[in-house]
Parts: sequence; C-alpha cells; structure tokens
Amino acid sequence: MDLIADRGRRVTVDELNTSKLLAHAAEQARDRKYEDMLIVDCDAHHYENENFNEILPFIENDVLRQLTMSGRAKGRHSIVPGQVGYQDMGGRVTRYPLRMTEKTDPAGKLRDVQLGERWMDAMGVDYSCLFPTGMLNVGLHPQKEMEVELCWAYNRWLTEVVLPENHGRFYTQLALPLSDAEASLRQVEMFGGRKGVTGFMVTTVRTLPVHDNSLMKVYRAIEERGLSLAFHSGPNWGEPVFKGLNRFLSVHALGFSFYNILHCTNWVINGMGERFPKLPVIWIESGLAWIPFLMQRLDHEYMMRPSEAPLLKKKPSDYMRDMFYSTQPMEIQDMEALECTFRMMNAETQLMYASDYPHWDFDLPSTIYDLPFLSEKAKHNILGGNAARTFKLEPRNEAQKANLIKYGNYTAG
Amino acid sequence: MAEQFVGRLSEFTDGSRQIVKIGNTEVGVFRHEGEFFAYSNYCLHQGGPACEGLTIAKVEEMLREDKTSMGLFFSEKDMNFVCPWHGYEYDMKTGECISDRKLKLKRFNVVQKGEDVYVVA
Ligand code: FES
Repeated sequence: MDLIADRGRRVTVDELNTSKLLAHAAEQARDRKYEDMLIVDCDAHHYENENFNEILPFIENDVLRQLTMSGRAKGRHSIVPGQVGYQDMGGRVTRYPLRMTEKTDPAGKLRDVQLGERWMDAMGVDYSCLFPTGMLNVGLHPQKEMEVELCWAYNRWLTEVVLPENHGRFYTQLALPLSDAEASLRQVEMFGGRKGVTGFMVTTVRTLPVHDNSLMKVYRAIEERGLSLAFHSGPNWGEPVFKGLNRFLSVHALGFSFYNILHCTNWVINGMGERFPKLPVIWIESGLAWIPFLMQRLDHEYMMRPSEAPLLKKKPSDYMRDMFYSTQPMEIQDMEALECTFRMMNAETQLMYASDYPHWDFDLPSTIYDLPFLSEKAKHNILGGNAARTFKLEPRNEAQKANLIKYGNYTAG
Repeated sequence: MAEQFVGRLSEFTDGSRQIVKIGNTEVGVFRHEGEFFAYSNYCLHQGGPACEGLTIAKVEEMLREDKTSMGLFFSEKDMNFVCPWHGYEYDMKTGECISDRKLKLKRFNVVQKGEDVYVVA
C-alpha cells in the first residue's frame, strides 16, 4: 500500500500484519525465554470507536441511544470528545494509517480479539488489561448523562461480547463515569463481579476532584469487593495551561504526567491511602520520571504544612510507595536516573509492566528484561508477578507457576 | 565476507527498498538518488524493523536573520528512513539516528556485478 510522504511522494509499504510487524518482538521473546515467565501487560488498547455500531445499542436511555446511533449512521458527529493530535506522526508510525488494511478471519473471533492475540503472542505477553482509546476522553464530555451512558454501554459490550471470546487472556478495569457518583456506584455493583473485571478505571483527562465526598461510597464499594482502582492518563491540547504549546510532542510529554500528578496529589494529600488502605491503586501511562518529582515536592511541603494534610500518618512519598505504577512510557535516556527512580518507588513490588500497544510509544517486555540493574526477582515481579499477585492471575504453564511461587507471587492456588 | 544476492538492478527503482535475510540477521537495502545504501534492519531503540517503514525528507525549521521562525519545511536534499514501531528517524546517507547522531545503524556494502546487486556481509 502507498503512504504519502514529503511533497505528495508515494512510498510503498507492506500491508499491515501485526504478527509480521512484530516479528522482531517475537525473536526477543524466544531469545529471552519469556514462556517460562508470566508476563502481564497492564495497559493495552483497542479502538472501540470502530465498534460503536455494536456498543451504542447498549445505551439504556431510548432518546440518547437514538441520538447517538442516528447521527453516527450519517457520519454527522462524533460521540466522544475528540482532540487535535498527531499520534501517527504523519504516517511514520505505519500501523495507524494501515490499520484498516489488516486482514482478520471474518468467520473467526471478534476482530479486536484476533488483533490483540496477535500482538500478545508476538511480544510473549500472557495477559493484557484491555482499555479503550477514544473513550479515555469521556471525562471531557459536556453531558454528565452521556458520560454515564457511554461508560455503561462500553462496559456491557466489553464484558458480554469481547472478554468471553478471548478465553481469559484479556482482563480489564472498567471505565467509571466519575462525574456521577451514583451512576459510578451502580456500575461497580453491576459489573464488579463479572468475569475478567479486576477493577475500575478513572480516565484522568478531567479536573474533577477525586477526593470529593460523593465518591467515597464508590471507592468503598470497589475496596469491599477486593477489586482495584486505576487512573489512566492522556493528553489534552485543550487544557488551558497547554494552549501555549505549539507541538504535539510537548502536549504529549506534559499531558500524560500532568493529569496523574494532579489527581495523585489530591489522592495523597486528602489521605485516601488512610481511608482505603486495602484498595490497590494503579497509576497508568504517565511514565516514571514524575514519581520522584512528586514525592520530593509533596514531602518538602508536607514537612512545613502538616496541618493542611491532617489525615496523613506518614510522609506523602510513603503513601505513593504503597501504590502501583505502570512502566510505560518508560524514560530510559539516563540509566542512573532510572535506577534512582526504581529505588525511590520500590519498583520491585510496586511497578507493573505495560506495553500500551498499539499506540505509538509502546514498550516491549525487553525494556524491563534488559535493564542492567535489576535482579532476577525484580524482573519477574515487574513483568508479571506484581500484577499476578494484585489481579489474581493464573500461570499458563508449569514453569511460570514455579517462578510465581519462587518469587512469592502465586495467589491462585 | 559473504556476498548475498539482493536482486536485479532493474528491480530497484529509485526510492525503492528490499529487506534481505543474511544468516540470522536482516538488512534493508535502499536505492536513493541512484545510489545503494544498506543498513541493519534492527532499530537501535527497541529492535524494530528499522528499514521497513516510510522514507521521508528531513523536516527543517528555518529562521530569519532576526531569529524569528519561518516555520517547518521538508529538506530539499536530506532523506530519512523511519522505523515504523515508534518513529526513530535515520539519515539515509549515514545511518545515523537524527535525534542523536552518536547512534548509528550498522552499514553494509553493496556491490553491483553487471545487472546483479549484492550485499556484502
Ligand atoms: S524500535 Fe524503532 S523506533 Fe522504536
């Protein structure tokens, strides 16, 4: 297929086949014997917007369902707030413009499941936590009721159609309509016990205070069920403070960290770690460099102003070390800085590998496996053990089971 | 040094590329402005297929005398090839990664024997 390059020049590239595109990842998986190691990808994506025809019929309200489906049929409007962005880098990341050319078996499993299994198999990943793409902006929806309906419809479709087709290799943390605490609670009650649901996810591209009193019942319901809570970040060029940025690189670099810094600050300073000590909390897709930054900033201020955070019984950084973080997109330009970050966050027990595939800045398991300063135990824990322990995931063969037991991560037995 | 047949000269139109397997490794062979360039197909970032993506002119930003920007332009002379996994760009003529020129893909010689094109590995 031809892609357009400079001055309209056409460049012929192969049609997309995920297994072929990731052939070098499969070589890495073979060379490093990943089959002996349980590998969990705690943040992978699909393009749910390509499935809206199947998702929207799950909207409960007759009028809102008709409104979205009717407009969509004629291609008149978008359903989830969109954003200016250049994820595909002008076609340089070829899987974006070529995505629709990839062939799947029309008589086989759902297309998203077939594609997911291709990349998981190539990378040597055993389980992936599946998240949406465009729906990560649902917190920007101007209508609270539409945010509720879209989360409801997506969560039903994912748990009733997608997850059952994949024999348990996808699991998920379902999107919460956080703008409406009552509706969030209803969705926890409705979906919290479904197969493949390990918790719930807050899309953090929003400025709503996550410590608001109305939300305590939601967090308590998640904690009581032994489930987890994830905060998944994203960029937003429309955020007032970012309007002065002129390149997507800048918006992307700052935005992903910015929203998790914002919400993590509220979470920690308002003593949420004291209120919900058994709730596993995972901060997703902000890289790692922000963690030592925020630990130092919050500890510094807390030492002088403890009266503004009276629920805390230890330093903010101690609460941050009680929580979990996903690896991707891991800043790997300065190995000493990265090693220091791992030390500060207790990475061995708190860090979970994430690919973010198929998005443009995905990371392979080798980004962790090849780090020179990690012990064998830390590699096993970060690549899958910490997630297996937290999400109660079973090993897929005897060697994986032996390694989970060896490093104290086996919970299924 | 073994020579590996890549193809017939007539198969290489300007701007085309081929990937050849040599033992356990892969080499990307480009024809650009009448010349051949051959590099390892293993990206220096995470090992992606560095030579299999888009070729695209280098992007430049021009400044006026007073240091104001004239905006972005495609270079008239410099061509890059781009790893399709995450977008690392490599200089077609040197194999250097344009965001850090200390990073350089392994280069292979290309020889022509009559109509036949070979990579030397
Ligand atoms: S592997 Fe080539 S750009 Fe990342």
